[in-house]
Amino acid sequence: MQRFNLNFGLLVVAALVFVAAFAPFLAPYSPVDFADLRNSNLPPGGPFLMGTDEQGRDIFSRIIYGARISLLVGVVVQMMNTFVGVTLGLTAGYFGGWWDEFVQGLTNLMLAIPTIVFALALMTFLGPGLVSLLLALGLTDWAYSCRISRAQVLSQKEQNYVQAARTIGFGRGHVIFREILPNVAGPLVVVATMGVGSAILAEASLSFIGLGVVPPTPSWGGMLARAREQLMVAPWIAVFPGLALFITVLGFNMLGDGLRDLLDPQGRADR
Amino acid sequence: MSEAILPALTVRDLHVQYSLRKGLQTRILRAVDGVSFTLQPGECLGLVGESGCGKSSLAQAIMGIVEPASGSIEIAGLPADKTAIGGLDRARAIQMVFQDPYSSLNPRMTIRKTLAGPLHLHRLCPPSEVEDRIRTLLALVGLEPDAADRYPHAFSGGQRQRLCIARALAVEPRILVCDEPVSALDVSIRAQIINLLLRLKDELGLALLMISHDLGVVEHMSDRIAVMYLGRFVEEGRWDQVLSRPAHPYTRALLASVPGATKATGPGRRMTGEAPSALRPPPGCAFHPRCAEAFEPCRTGSGPPVTMLEEGHCARCHLLTERVPA
Repeated sequence: MQRFNLNFGLLVVAALVFVAAFAPFLAPYSPVDFADLRNSNLPPGGPFLMGTDEQGRDIFSRIIYGARISLLVGVVVQMMNTFVGVTLGLTAGYFGGWWDEFVQGLTNLMLAIPTIVFALALMTFLGPGLVSLLLALGLTDWAYSCRISRAQVLSQKEQNYVQAARTIGFGRGHVIFREILPNVAGPLVVVATMGVGSAILAEASLSFIGLGVVPPTPSWGGMLARAREQLMVAPWIAVFPGLALFITVLGFNMLGDGLRDLLDPQGRADR
Repeated sequence: MSEAILPALTVRDLHVQYSLRKGLQTRILRAVDGVSFTLQPGECLGLVGESGCGKSSLAQAIMGIVEPASGSIEIAGLPADKTAIGGLDRARAIQMVFQDPYSSLNPRMTIRKTLAGPLHLHRLCPPSEVEDRIRTLLALVGLEPDAADRYPHAFSGGQRQRLCIARALAVEPRILVCDEPVSALDVSIRAQIINLLLRLKDELGLALLMISHDLGVVEHMSDRIAVMYLGRFVEEGRWDQVLSRPAHPYTRALLASVPGATKATGPGRRMTGEAPSALRPPPGCAFHPRCAEAFEPCRTGSGPPVTMLEEGHCARCHLLTERVPA
């Protein structure tokens, strides 16, 4: 039972990666080209496992292809956020002084403005599309990893091994990224993993309001947006992408939880 | 010591200050307040004082971790600043062993990586010989070669301190600063580490600066002993001079507090209270509020001058310069 979170999370994430990688082999129909208005709004069952949407496209196939967008956006965005946040946080904590004040001010600013609003502003500026989506989300949600890495550095900085590395003659870059970073990586991995879930949600939100992935490329958020109009007639168009989103985000969050338990130094045995 | 040999380390009138801001006022804490000494190659200088007297600040200034406010540090005759001996050169000349062996080793690095780091950084040997060098270093501090594959948490405190010594010696320094190297260790382990340091001093011709709050630790290994009180040396001399003829009341009080040590004769054995704060040092001799023998001159002025008692033995005390009124 101890490892349930980790195992469940791993299972979901592994399934997602598998589905995204082998989408062309798993999807029974083409997500975009297979559109026949005679098939529109068919309920689940028969040849269409999850039914069809208003354009007669197979929802199951679109969800499978949509996993690619979600996974890509979630992972790339979170890598960018982690890179920005960790670099700012580590240097701010290590050097202190005016740089620390500046980074802290910037972090507070980012936390004060809702991420999605910030990303929205950036998206209107950059225009829709996958690249602007990655940029808009990847540069706006780094405040937590920044704060956590800064706090971690502050506690590690006073440890003698940091002073020892300095007296040996190692430069600042080596001390920060080679000596300190491996010691603070645990909590950061947890934050980054959980952030993947929120990045996927943010992508869905932007796609929902039409600022994300450009149709007809299938994305879960975009599918939900289209489903809104049919909600009374064909609820399955909304239910299945919603479920996919729910399970994916839950999976990443539980993986993050499980990793936290695993990486907790108190629980680490001999390695 | 012959005069011809260049001292390994020369410290002249060193001041280390910290400014503490409290509200609008900034107060200066004089952690080290004018310390001068020399350290000869192959010599061990024991530096004794209570906590908060500035021992560690002195060590950090010598290591270049904190910037001294004034005064000079020379390593083998060269001024220790960026022009003559800075950065990597300084690191290669002088190394340090820290008090707490539990936090001194990076917990995420194997011992091999910890020891190989300095070798690579200073290009001390070709990559093919790094493995040999690590084995030699481990043997030097009395550890098995298979220690290299393990992480720090697999070692006891004493073993970790041996590893810290091995890491410091990896760059083949001439001077080793040991800041309370045995204070965090079990009493049963202390002697082993002290003997190891002494053996290394003789084998490698190391100059040792041995810092401790415990006179008992220092007396066994030091050639010379310096006693520090509130940022200043109050007494300095050969170990036999300081231990058998302590001149300063503070030294006598320290000696009296060592269990089982040679008891100093004469008054001034007892010492009460704690050391005053370096933020608000008392006027005159900093030791007078706790000194049983204090008299008028001790309470005013800028403190007693240095009195030379005999060759190599000096102290700062008014009792040595003026007659005590009966």
